[in-house]
Amino acid sequence: MSQANIALGAHQSGAMEPSPFSIPSKKLAMWLFIISDAMTFAACLVAYGFLRNSTPNWPTPFHGITNVAIMTFILVTSSLTMLIGMRAARAGDKGKAFRWILMTAALGILFGLLHLREWSQLIEEGMTIFKNPWGTGLFGSAFYSITGLHLFHVTCGVIALIVVGFRYQGGRYNADDIEVLGLYWHFVDLVWMFVVPFIYLLNLSH
Amino acid sequence: MSTNDQASGLGRYLVVYVCILAIAGLQFVVAYHSASYSEMFVRMFLLAMLEAALGVLFFMHLWSEKRALLIFVSIFVLFVLATLQYSWPDAFRIVGGVPYSSYH
Repeated sequence: MSQANIALGAHQSGAMEPSPFSIPSKKLAMWLFIISDAMTFAACLVAYGFLRNSTPNWPTPFHGITNVAIMTFILVTSSLTMLIGMRAARAGDKGKAFRWILMTAALGILFGLLHLREWSQLIEEGMTIFKNPWGTGLFGSAFYSITGLHLFHVTCGVIALIVVGFRYQGGRYNADDIEVLGLYWHFVDLVWMFVVPFIYLLNLSH
Repeated sequence: MSTNDQASGLGRYLVVYVCILAIAGLQFVVAYHSASYSEMFVRMFLLAMLEAALGVLFFMHLWSEKRALLIFVSIFVLFVLATLQYSWPDAFRIVGGVPYSSYH
């Protein structure tokens, strides 16, 4: 056996190594990304909690919960539509999967628009990154950075949904890619479940 | 997604979806209860953890993956979440500690 054949044999045996946790490598990569991103959000929320706890005149500017309740409903529902799209992709129904993925993207866009509307209302009331009329200026910087980071994730998710959806429709991507994207979208939904109570509900003015 | 998930139909996801919405609704109810900040925080945190657990296990299918992946993800996330808690004593010291307290 020549050196070239030995090298080829070694390479092939390496390629046959079972994937960790018996999942595709791109799915594992997404899980690793989700773990690291969860740490990012956790660090932001703990830093927020530190500021909230150590600042005496922390403002409680939110008067109602209607807007944030609608936003929560939209985001949780978008997770369900993503699941339906993913199941359709697994079943090989491309048209249905594509429609549900676009529906998920539309819900994401709606969520983003509601978020921007809320931001503009707060800015009109005088809340900026550095100051607000109710108390410490730290509140604005904490609020905009955490909700902004989440909105950035939603925006990236919407773009990814549209791109992957069209490429899946065109035959370049498969159901595995939809599932990997679904993991990301559900994660964005999960983060919101922590942002709502800590940033909004604990800052309600009673 | 495993073949078991395929076979189980959409019903299970609908149940999880309704549960998550219900828990989110409960958080909004808790927000209007007259309780101290720390009590409210604990209640909301526990509810958020429950929502997240349902989402991770069923929407993200971690429950139907190999147990090794579940353990891998749990250990990493819980370890980092635990180590992030080191800052709380300092946060309390700033508020209530002497001589740095802003209340005396």
